[in-house]
Amino acid sequence: MSLEALNDLWLTYQSTVAFIGLNGLLALSVYTTLSCGQLSLAQAAFMALGGYTSAILTFHTGLPFAVVLAVATLVPSLVAVPLGLPVLRLKGVFLAIATIGFGEVVRIFFVNWDFTNGALGLTAVPQRTTIWMIYLALAASLFVLWRIRGSRTGYALEAIREDEAAARTMGIHAAAYKLSMLVLGAAFAGLAGALEVHYTFMVAPSTYSFSRVVDMLVYAVVGGSFLFYGPLVGAGFLTLLPEVLRELGPRIGLAPGPLRLFVNGAVLLVVILFLPRGLVSLPDRIRAWRGERRPPRAP
Amino acid sequence: MLLELDDVRRSFGGLRAVDGVRFQVGAGEVHGLIGPNGAGKTTLLNLVSGLLRPTGGAIAMDGRRIDRLPTHRIAALGVTRTYQNIRLFPALSASDNVLIGAHLRRSDPLWRRMLFLPGVAREEADARAGALALLARVGMEARAGERASNLSYGEQRRVEIARALASGPRVLLLDEPTAGMNPAEVASIAALIRDVARSGQSVLLVEHNVKLVMDVCDRITVLNFGRVIADGAPSAVAADPAVIAAYLGGEA
Amino acid sequence: MQQVINGLFLGSIYALFALGYTLVFGVLDILNLAHQAVFMLCAFTALVLVGNLHVHMLLAFPLAVLAGGLLGMVVDRVAFRPLRGRSDSNISGLISSIALATILEAIGLQVFGPDVERFPFGTVPDRYLKLGDAVISELQLVIIAIALAMMAALTFLLKRTRLGRRIRAVAENPLAARILGVNVDGVIAASFFLSSALGGAAGLLFGLAFNNVSTDMGRAVELKGLAVIVLGGMGSMPGAALAGFALGLLEVFTVAKLGSSYRDAVAFGVLFLVLVLRPRGLLGPAALREA
Repeated sequence: MSLEALNDLWLTYQSTVAFIGLNGLLALSVYTTLSCGQLSLAQAAFMALGGYTSAILTFHTGLPFAVVLAVATLVPSLVAVPLGLPVLRLKGVFLAIATIGFGEVVRIFFVNWDFTNGALGLTAVPQRTTIWMIYLALAASLFVLWRIRGSRTGYALEAIREDEAAARTMGIHAAAYKLSMLVLGAAFAGLAGALEVHYTFMVAPSTYSFSRVVDMLVYAVVGGSFLFYGPLVGAGFLTLLPEVLRELGPRIGLAPGPLRLFVNGAVLLVVILFLPRGLVSLPDRIRAWRGERRPPRAP
Repeated sequence: MLLELDDVRRSFGGLRAVDGVRFQVGAGEVHGLIGPNGAGKTTLLNLVSGLLRPTGGAIAMDGRRIDRLPTHRIAALGVTRTYQNIRLFPALSASDNVLIGAHLRRSDPLWRRMLFLPGVAREEADARAGALALLARVGMEARAGERASNLSYGEQRRVEIARALASGPRVLLLDEPTAGMNPAEVASIAALIRDVARSGQSVLLVEHNVKLVMDVCDRITVLNFGRVIADGAPSAVAADPAVIAAYLGGEA
Repeated sequence: MQQVINGLFLGSIYALFALGYTLVFGVLDILNLAHQAVFMLCAFTALVLVGNLHVHMLLAFPLAVLAGGLLGMVVDRVAFRPLRGRSDSNISGLISSIALATILEAIGLQVFGPDVERFPFGTVPDRYLKLGDAVISELQLVIIAIALAMMAALTFLLKRTRLGRRIRAVAENPLAARILGVNVDGVIAASFFLSSALGGAAGLLFGLAFNNVSTDMGRAVELKGLAVIVLGGMGSMPGAALAGFALGLLEVFTVAKLGSSYRDAVAFGVLFLVLVLRPRGLLGPAALREA
């Protein structure tokens, strides 16, 4: 293949590669709270906070991109604290609802904020993000999660997820751990938001709707929330899928928009019903189905 | 006195599950807590361990009140427990369960972990060795890597005890640890309990197996309908007419 | 006064929708997030019946509601039944209902397209009544009446019929109910039928009320429905009804005072405040936080 052809190929699929990275980062942000048994659906809001903060900083200050990213990561992390303190005390479903509510409040705030053009958002954001940056951020986040796993903290998180009350009777300060994970997830989401805004040239409230959160949830669930790299697999799979479908759709007479939505939903449904630990558990499941015995790894 | 319960009360709606319970447990003492079903024994353990708050009265350790503290702080003061219906972490292995039990004893240099500093691997290896040793103490070292949900009832109970011991507690609360065990297993649990007490730790033992309780306990408190009906040495309690009356028509 | 009427009118629809949520939550302890998809599809069903098949609204209404109920049973069978008995069934039920909602939305989008549709002219009466210096349309009256009638019917069904007793038994303690011989799966299916019939009716009435039917109408209402049941107290039917009307009034008055951009913020603000300050809502049970 000629160099030119390779270059063309790269240009065509560059944005897909970028989005796999970004979606992976988002999936990790959902994973952080799922890892201690909490379903937080506020990640889109944290992403919005990161995205808007970075856009505002880029437009109104001359700060270097690294600093912009740092601040954009910090802002949602700080917001996560007063959000988490009251909200993390709520049980499962109520936590999910509260975080959905928070997400909507943030979105409506931005829709009504004239400083950022309300519903239209800000456009012509200079493209400062490169693919390398995205994957560096992703790698760093994966590294952090990888190192947490297997540590005292990692075990404490698993204990909280399995049985929070029992975990507390072992001296595990569940509330503090849950809050830390919420903050960490907010940081990841904020970073992803900032990177995305500086890749897509724009920031607008419509990007951060509840459907975005559902997407993130799908990545984490489909990939598997029991292993830290699971969500990455989910993000990769589900980012590539629409590309494949985009080719396929018109050939079977279906519009791409609804098809993508349908596949998202169908995949999520199939996974949650039949493969609840996600795609990453597929090898284990196949092995079990075949009847082979293997000592289980602690997840 | 290590652990003191003073006029502890707990109601659920109109039901008085625990109604003015008063007794003490000394260091190194094995204290039995018996009574017919529904007498309030498990509720009492929940109160001591902090899963429930008393609606009246006080619980103190070393003279300090602990009943208003959050659960994890009570654990940090040296109170651990097992559960009547076994609450191991089902998806995790036996040794991982015990490892988590050692949470309070472990250190957590996360930033050191990020930098791969040498001390970290050693700490983890030590913790694992400790967990394995505890499992050996309850006779479960051969099944250390097995998923908790794959273990038999009796095996799970033993792992749970190991987990409760992992943080080196001062007071160990055992909720019917020998339910479903054969006589040989019961005997080994009895030996374990005596061993634990010998090292200065106290045990508060809720049990239906009266023979075990008589053998192993230094003092016994008998509950019925949430109230103390007898409290003293095993021989005295066994002869107490109120206790006999409570158990008549109950279990042996 | 005009605002009160508008508020009650909007509130009656919210209340109807929220009752559906609450019914299933009371019985299964799970939130059915596919409820809003039924809301949307029912409205479209009615649209097709009236617009394309020229069925009169009087017939179309019960047909569409019936369709909604049946769809609800499908939701139960597909998304919730396979998960019964799983330890994490609350969260996974939530997720699977989100998945099914997405699928249903996609189907809706494919079949009906993304545009806003309207009922054909003449579907609804166009007359107005005067009440003091306020105006109420015949349509609004009819909708309020239908909503109240359905709520009354539901209450009657739950309190006085055998099915109602069984539903309440399963809601209270499914294991005991099963031991007593109640067909728990059947009762749950029935609850879904009722719940989705209510939700579907709400969707149909909503579409009629604003003459606006589109595939994303479910989303907007879903979150408000959540705010309503949280305000009313999860699992409390009278709470849901009360809170529905309350939110309707609150929203209308907020728009009147602060402008329409804050219309949605009201719902979420309420949601948040309630969860943080009084999670049990107005009429909910006491223990909602963890030990």
